[in-house]
Amino acid sequence: MNETSELDDIQLITLDVNGTSHEVIVPARHTLVDVLRHDLRLTGTHVGCEHGICGACTVLVDGLPARACLMFAAQAEGARITTVESLADPETGALGDLQRAFTEHHGLQCGFCTPGFLMLAEGFLAQRPEPTREEIREVVAANLCRCTGYQTIVDAIEACATARCADRAEQAPGAEETPCN
Amino acid sequence: MKPAAFCYHRARDVDDATALLAELGDDAKVIAGGQSLVAMMNFRLARPGHLVDIARLRELDHLGIDADGGLRIGALTTHHTVETAPSRKLGTGFDVIRDAMAWIGHLPIRTRGTVGGSIAHGDTTAEWCLLAVLLDAEFVAQSPRGRRRIPADGFFFGYYTTALEPDEILVEVVFPRPAPHAALTEFAERRGDFAIVSAAVDLDVAVDLDLHAEGSAVRGGRVALGGVAAMPVRVPEAEAVLADGGSFRDCAEAAAAAVDPPSDANGSTAYRKHLVRTLVERACKEAVAR
Amino acid sequence: MNAVPVNADPMKPVQDDRMVGKSVRRREDPRLLTGRGRFVDDIELPGMLHAQFVRSTVAHGRITAIDLSEVRRVPGVLAAFTAADLELGDIVAQLGRPLSEFVPTAMPVLARERVRFVGEAIAVVVARDPYAAEDGLEAAKVTYETLPPITNEQQALATGAALVHEEAAHNTLVDVSLFATEGIDEIFDQASCVVRVEARTGRQNALPLETRGAVAQWDDREEQLVLHTCTQIPHQVRTVAARCMRLDERAVRVIVPDMGGGFGLKCVVGREEIAVAAAALRLRRPVKWIEDRKDALSASFLAREQHYTARAAFNADGRILGLDADVVCDMGAYSCYPFTAGIEPLMASAEMPGVYKVPAYRVRGRAIATNKAPTAPYRGVSRPQQVMVVERLMERAARELDLDPVEIRRRNVITEFPYTGINKMTYDPGSYLESLNLCERSLRDAGWYERQTAALAEGRHIGIGFSCFSERTGYGSGAFAQRKMKIVPGFDLAEVRMDTSGAVTVTTGTMSHGQSHETTMAQIVADALGVDIAKVKLHQGDTDRITYGWGTFASRSIAIGGSAVRLAATKLGDKLRAIAAAEWGISPDEIELDRGRVRRRDVDAVLTHEHLADIAYLQSHLLPKDIDPGLSASAVFDVSNDGTFSNATHGVVVELHEGTGQVEILAYVCVEDCGVAINPQVVEGQCRGGIAQGIAGALFEQVTYDAQGEPSATSFMDYKVPTAHEIPDISIHHLETPCTFTETGAKGAGEGGTIGAPAAVLNAVNDALRATGVELDNTPITPETVHRALTPSTPERTP
Repeated sequence: MNETSELDDIQLITLDVNGTSHEVIVPARHTLVDVLRHDLRLTGTHVGCEHGICGACTVLVDGLPARACLMFAAQAEGARITTVESLADPETGALGDLQRAFTEHHGLQCGFCTPGFLMLAEGFLAQRPEPTREEIREVVAANLCRCTGYQTIVDAIEACATARCADRAEQAPGAEETPCN
Repeated sequence: MKPAAFCYHRARDVDDATALLAELGDDAKVIAGGQSLVAMMNFRLARPGHLVDIARLRELDHLGIDADGGLRIGALTTHHTVETAPSRKLGTGFDVIRDAMAWIGHLPIRTRGTVGGSIAHGDTTAEWCLLAVLLDAEFVAQSPRGRRRIPADGFFFGYYTTALEPDEILVEVVFPRPAPHAALTEFAERRGDFAIVSAAVDLDVAVDLDLHAEGSAVRGGRVALGGVAAMPVRVPEAEAVLADGGSFRDCAEAAAAAVDPPSDANGSTAYRKHLVRTLVERACKEAVAR
Repeated sequence: MNAVPVNADPMKPVQDDRMVGKSVRRREDPRLLTGRGRFVDDIELPGMLHAQFVRSTVAHGRITAIDLSEVRRVPGVLAAFTAADLELGDIVAQLGRPLSEFVPTAMPVLARERVRFVGEAIAVVVARDPYAAEDGLEAAKVTYETLPPITNEQQALATGAALVHEEAAHNTLVDVSLFATEGIDEIFDQASCVVRVEARTGRQNALPLETRGAVAQWDDREEQLVLHTCTQIPHQVRTVAARCMRLDERAVRVIVPDMGGGFGLKCVVGREEIAVAAAALRLRRPVKWIEDRKDALSASFLAREQHYTARAAFNADGRILGLDADVVCDMGAYSCYPFTAGIEPLMASAEMPGVYKVPAYRVRGRAIATNKAPTAPYRGVSRPQQVMVVERLMERAARELDLDPVEIRRRNVITEFPYTGINKMTYDPGSYLESLNLCERSLRDAGWYERQTAALAEGRHIGIGFSCFSERTGYGSGAFAQRKMKIVPGFDLAEVRMDTSGAVTVTTGTMSHGQSHETTMAQIVADALGVDIAKVKLHQGDTDRITYGWGTFASRSIAIGGSAVRLAATKLGDKLRAIAAAEWGISPDEIELDRGRVRRRDVDAVLTHEHLADIAYLQSHLLPKDIDPGLSASAVFDVSNDGTFSNATHGVVVELHEGTGQVEILAYVCVEDCGVAINPQVVEGQCRGGIAQGIAGALFEQVTYDAQGEPSATSFMDYKVPTAHEIPDISIHHLETPCTFTETGAKGAGEGGTIGAPAAVLNAVNDALRATGVELDNTPITPETVHRALTPSTPERTP
């Protein structure tokens, strides 16, 4: 979508995506999700509804989950954008712990909504490392999945949180008193 | 579902923003978090020729208690910032505001959506609008002509219609006093949807009496509803019941009797009245238990 | 009975080396979890253009003028085509039934003189980017002479009603009367108990999270139009695309990338994908079309809007004597390809008796045309509704006869197999009674009956409901032919190839779109060939790579496709053994396949697959004369009988909240039997996801139309897909009654969840409403409906 129509206000913007800075020339009306997918070719972030409800386009903006269909790319200048492409090990390609939890718990079927759920959970767990199952369910309710019935997505996030909590307890001596949900 | 073309302007400060609005006229719209506006633009239900992005106006992202004990919230503060605000910033007696955030959409909406954006959008079921009407909030608006304060009860005029002038931006919301016994609740078919009906109450409770004996310690209070009219409304008939020492049930009945909500695909008049009954009583119980 | 409980725990200790029956990790997951899947919208081709469609703004009308001159002047727009510009053939789906039973109607790729629903495609606009394409749509000028919109059954069938299709009198596309057991009227006259149900079910959208979409490109070297599209039926799309564009079928290649769900909506041929192909052919440039959500909700394919009037006769012991039903299905404006407008009424008519021993049966099934978006098959097809109606009849009879609702089912379910029903279908063995008993016991052991009693005493409304059903899966060509389809799906074809590295390539005609076939088919091959599962790669969804296939729908893939795969892999294994036998100079019977090798049974000697493949390909001069070079085998599998029946019982506990009318699901138990579960975790995934869609239909989702034929739901604000907050955790128990005629013992598992959930939820809601005397038989049951039921004095909602 690099050819632009004469109607458009063209912007030269710099986007920080997954720690890399990209300069792009885009019409002002292009949404962040379209620019990620078409200009930066980061097609892991999906377009599901373009009105902020399904959550397939969820990315992290400055560490917090946000809908990339409800932001113009120009608004994202100066923010740290994180997408699903950042989750696996950049060297080996090995899945991250949250991704492993999703495959272990069969938290995906067709996989179309999955990047959105991963980024939602990644942002949420960073904010709230020891959530209850009910809190996880509330957050999972932010996105739509048509295949799984959600239970295994909640299971996967819960398992990942528990494992991370156990890791932290192991690394911090005397931390046994910290309850892990 | 791609928006129509527009020109994008990034404001440097509030003066720059209002000057841009004044210059660009009716065809310009302010964008903050954009959580309602961008969706409407994607449907091409909104098609402003110019967008003035105020997100860089960091001076509007603040939250704290002022010298008069009021809570001042900058217009660019996100719902998520309020939801996670530490008690030292939020002060005491404003828990109702923090707790109400959980009703706004979902986490990824709350991280971007702003207090000012929600109020300026003026949805009848919006939590911020209801809180403002309930708690006699004041809005601070700025235009090239200067700043003015607008009380909440003179701000909302109808569906998505407010007292803001086209070249004016909302810069701050002031909740003048703590409301330690207030609560907001609502109902929608799915959690996170726009409420069919929302209810909020702010009770005057005698502190030394037994708080759990329903009604007995309540000397009066304010009752406000969303989803029953074109804008959030106070319900004096229900407030009179509280002032007279009536029960929460009677207060709720009075509220249901007083309103004449619209009938649409989300609920009939009768059903909305029933929800008013349920939610006012529920809010009263939650408020007195705080 | 040969049903045995199955352990679905992936942590279960490994008993043997077999892959079938294990919850192995999915092969699909790594790419999907890292954002490296390739969905149709991820395809970017040099010089690619973007298409969108000018769509009808009226429900019913004659097009008096289409003016695209302004469209063509919009910056960024390169072309705009109407039906007259593209001159495409129509899409016509046929049944082999007389005109009195079925009226064929044509679905033009782009509307010509007539529009029949709001959202119908009239012209295709092609632009440099999707933004400019949408700018172009706004410049289109279409004028109509409006006709009276037909928006419901009453209008459609009224005398003198406007006709959606001139050739279909009374707006009736299908009208069949079947079975009509002799003496059925007398049975009803003399029965000690006759119960009735009238039920209407809401129009739903199958709603794959990925909308429809296509990328088409003309390839000069191959002299071929390459159509990347997300479809469940690639070969059938090729057939229709070629016919509409008047090309040889070999000149169209359909490639299906990763697919974000389908649920039936993508197992029909879409008009837009053909128009996009035609535009690419005309422009000689790649053209992409991605359906937006607004169009996906209002202008694609919908399903499920049905009206049942049913009655059942019982004797005093609660044994069913007869079933008599009239089913009217509102199919919208067009017959879908290949299934036709008969898809819903024919399914409902044939399969309504379900799991019960019904001695007398009569049914009339009709498909009517209305000015709404057309109907495609949607997960379960009619069975969610027919099971709901029959299960409501059971509950009502139990009440009339003062019987326990589970007990009345016990007295009526089929227990002797094979069983040939009044509907002339033969049911293979299942675990109907066992699943019913286990489901009830599970809720009883969890204390739900006591909790219900206690809640009642507190004035709360807790209800318990069940549904007991079977699901015909693995329809072969015999079963589809019986339905008198002119395009008869049924068989499927698989090829298994081994290369010199011992790696195995499998192709199937089935088309996974979330069902995990890359994993489950590999499990089947790994066992049949004795290879490491990591050595097996499945390819599907490419009409040039796969000889022929019928795709994935009707829970056919594992039962039929999996059988073909197993047969082909076994044949290839035989060839490996034959080559080894020649080398060793022994009989193939003395050789077995074992983990990437062949092994002699008599002495400790092995040959690797690589070694045997070397002989087959690189040293073929060593092969005996009766063995051809190369290592590949193909097989076809079909089912000539009535198919295989999976079964389940669902048990649900709900609480109705008086204050809001909200239905809260407190517990959900599913006891299912799909024969041999190739991958139990995948089966559970199908159950849970299916149940979530069933709950969605029972309580949340509906597209309504106003008097002008304008659809109510054009966004996710109005089309209320339930979230994790509304869908409960579901506990699943497995039973296993292996199928005797599929190669793996598996039955289909794709639709049962969706079929069973509405009935169980409705029965639970009605159980909770018992004290009110109100019964609810229409779906979705909204909070307002429940509120009205709990408050009978409330005035009716104003229309």
